[in-house]
Amino acid sequence: MKGRLLLAVPLLLLAAFAGVALWRLSSPPDTVIRSRLEGQTLPQFSLPAALPDRPTVTSAEFADGQPKLLNVFASWCVPCIAEAPVLLELKRRGVRIEAIAIRDRPEDIAAFLDRHGDPFLGIGSDLDSKVQMTLGSSGVPESFVVDGRGTIRYQHVGPIMPQDMATVLAEMEKAK
Amino acid sequence: MIAETGLAALYLAAALALLQLAVTAIPALADKAVATARPIALAQGLLTCISFLCLVLVFIRTDLSVTLVAANSHSAKPFIYRFAGAWGNHEGSMLLWVTVLALSGALLALLSRRMPERMLSAALGAQAALALGFYAFLLIASNPFARLNPAPAEGQGLNPLLQDPGLAFHPPTLYLGYVGLSVAFSLAVGALITRDVGPVLARAMRPWVLGSWIFLTLGIVAGSYWAYYELGWGGWWFWDPVENASLMPWLAATALLHSVSVLAVRGGLRTWTMMLAVVAFSMSMVGTFLVRSGILTSVHAFAVDPTRGTFILALLLLYVGGALALFVWRAPAVGEGARFALVSREGALVINNLLLSVILAVVFLGTLYPLMVEAATGEKLSVGPPYFNAVAGPLGLLLVLLLVVGPLLRWRRHDAPITRKVVPAVLVGLATLVATVILAPDISLMTRVGLAAGMALIPASLMPLFGRSLRRTPLATWGMVLAHLGVAISVLGMASDAAFTRERLAAARPGERLEVGPWLIDFVSVTPVAGPNWTALEARLRASQGGGTKELHPQARVFTSPLTETSEVAIATTWNGQLYTVLGRQTGDRWQLRLWWKPFVTFIWFGGVLVALGGLIALAGRGWTNRRNRRRLQEAEL
Amino acid sequence: MSLKPKHQRLVLALSALVALIGAVLLAMWGLRDRAAYFVTPTDIASGTVEEGDALRLGGMVQQGSLKQLPDGVTLRFIVTDGKEQVETRFRGIPPSLFKEGSGVVAEGRLRGRTFEADNILAKHDERYMPPQLGNSVAEHAAGQTVEK
Repeated sequence: MKGRLLLAVPLLLLAAFAGVALWRLSSPPDTVIRSRLEGQTLPQFSLPAALPDRPTVTSAEFADGQPKLLNVFASWCVPCIAEAPVLLELKRRGVRIEAIAIRDRPEDIAAFLDRHGDPFLGIGSDLDSKVQMTLGSSGVPESFVVDGRGTIRYQHVGPIMPQDMATVLAEMEKAK
Repeated sequence: MIAETGLAALYLAAALALLQLAVTAIPALADKAVATARPIALAQGLLTCISFLCLVLVFIRTDLSVTLVAANSHSAKPFIYRFAGAWGNHEGSMLLWVTVLALSGALLALLSRRMPERMLSAALGAQAALALGFYAFLLIASNPFARLNPAPAEGQGLNPLLQDPGLAFHPPTLYLGYVGLSVAFSLAVGALITRDVGPVLARAMRPWVLGSWIFLTLGIVAGSYWAYYELGWGGWWFWDPVENASLMPWLAATALLHSVSVLAVRGGLRTWTMMLAVVAFSMSMVGTFLVRSGILTSVHAFAVDPTRGTFILALLLLYVGGALALFVWRAPAVGEGARFALVSREGALVINNLLLSVILAVVFLGTLYPLMVEAATGEKLSVGPPYFNAVAGPLGLLLVLLLVVGPLLRWRRHDAPITRKVVPAVLVGLATLVATVILAPDISLMTRVGLAAGMALIPASLMPLFGRSLRRTPLATWGMVLAHLGVAISVLGMASDAAFTRERLAAARPGERLEVGPWLIDFVSVTPVAGPNWTALEARLRASQGGGTKELHPQARVFTSPLTETSEVAIATTWNGQLYTVLGRQTGDRWQLRLWWKPFVTFIWFGGVLVALGGLIALAGRGWTNRRNRRRLQEAEL
Repeated sequence: MSLKPKHQRLVLALSALVALIGAVLLAMWGLRDRAAYFVTPTDIASGTVEEGDALRLGGMVQQGSLKQLPDGVTLRFIVTDGKEQVETRFRGIPPSLFKEGSGVVAEGRLRGRTFEADNILAKHDERYMPPQLGNSVAEHAAGQTVEK
């Protein structure tokens, strides 16, 4: 009898392990920091132009009646390169994209757009991440679906991958 | 077309696994079971190979209409990395997992001629049950062949950090090890079901355990060396959760290896061997879970996905829980093993297994502790080398000391005085101890004991060869000697690295001279260099320690697409160690240089390779001996 | 001394149990002083953190605070979480993604008012923001937005 109890110890350990694992799986660590601003109005901001021959981005441009995608990126950001072709495809499908370049230099931004494509209407330059922080964005790249009245409807953390395109397009539709 | 073929083959293999399970599980089919199950297992192995081949093909051809290829590959990748890219991602590596699982089952079916049929049938059934769960996981939650429409113009997988031979080829070695242990698991389950645990089972199980263990050892050694030269931190083991995930099955497999030998030779330790066989593959599954579920953060971990994690956890609970429950139910009925005294080879092997199990347990606890604490109190903390070195180090040393004596003990009861055989080892150990006290008084106690124990183990591991005819000594014994010798050398390397490493961190101008250990290093210049997809600043260092000079070229490299910065370490190897150099950033007109002199650090991996080689010799030796005995038997019958 | 088979099995089973309990006790002993707690600058400023304990300090590298000291290998910077700041020193070659304005996790210990880092954790992309910090930064930022 005592023998059987001893033999059951590993099962108990397995159960304990399963408990801890299930807890963690159901409440994943907050490594994805969601913006508290989903559902709220886009914070007011006005940025200088990132490139001399391109218009800049201000918060006012997001209330023109039609939804837009706001893409926070940088030329030094590796996943942004992965995202570039997807943004081009989104633009091809009619999505209007404004961009904010974080802590970047005009020549680097120009080179990036040259090499990876330019899907943007306007590009603002956020040299010290101030606007990025007000958007509740914690890294690059991140994208926000903003509806025609200037309300943030959806935040996508990280690069928009091919498999995320459907979701983003759906959110843009919902924001109309 | 190819992707669809691969997917179809996978579905077929899954169906066959179901059939295999049915054939071996249904009592009415019992006497036809093995005859039917064998070809089914072979077909299953073949089909998964076809499936994996299809995946490799779509990667080589960079078929961007397959989501996995689009996400992980790139047409500009060199061929070898397009090939290896097939398993350099979650879905592909899971398919490799399943392929090895099915192939192991096929081999088991093919090669087991001398096992009782009922045992083989139950084992094949267990293997099929394992395969089913993982096929389901692949097909439902991790389909490698999913299509992407529209196909992108180019793939996203050009990360240069992942284009490295070590990184590309050490995972398959590890998988052969992890998943090979599934056969030991299935055999144990089969034996428990048929209530037939004895030397016959052990002799059938042993080559599988040995084979898997050899691959695991090589995989871990390769991974350690890769991390050493790639990360640029000078360390060879970081107790990272993913590293621990590979170490835990290895610890269990080492214990199992020794236990199954006792069962094969002496008929003892039956219950223990069954338990270890279950634990070893369970640790493989736990490792797979930890790495792919995202519950532990690690530099190595695959993409995080809680739904996949939950699936694997469910499989884990099903299989491990099932096996453990079977164990509780059937273990008391397992026959009693032969008796033995505490002071005997069996006794020493029991202590060996206990020590290995304790190390396994403390590593397991340390790896999961942050999670347990966060679940209980919400507190976030991390457990790293300070904990693991403090607990695993002394236990490891105890094992080494046990190794000095263990192989010299007789089976069943050791009555004769042991002293004569142990004297050389003890003398060498004491001499080393005294030498270190005199020549290196400042090193830590643990490294000092490590050096003494390692040195003592060298004569001790050779001792079993003394006093017998070397020509008639079985290869298995040579294998054991070599493996234990490998342990000694590896331990010496670890202790030497910990005790005698010298480091120098400085900001220097070209033309200056730096010293590290016995080396004089002239910092000659920094020049820009370029490669096919990178540019770098390369330092020229000229190092000398008395005799000739060696040139080293550490680089601070920038890959152009995608934009990534890496540090390329430059290493100069001599007979007595390695000079390890890293170039950092420029500050003003000076450059940061980090230099290490690591005496005998190569012994760590060289010893590990010897351990695996010893295992290989033992495996080959037994195979050869078996064939020779069978031939002699056949000749005698004529 | 040989035991009867029945006793031998019991002894083996008990020794396994003892080994398991021993392992747990060993682990608890080992974990007591060697687990590193995760703290933010606010935790340090509030004085709840012990000097000398192994810690991981998470936050952002404050803009303008990163300085290379004259020896060429020591970096001095300030880690902030939007509310409090901690002076930090690191001797070594930092990972390539380490810059001002980016997230950082430094391993080391507190000495006086300075955090001495042995290691700076690198992540593979700029999306890394230490867990407890992320939300506080957004909250802080949202607070600022309301005032505007």
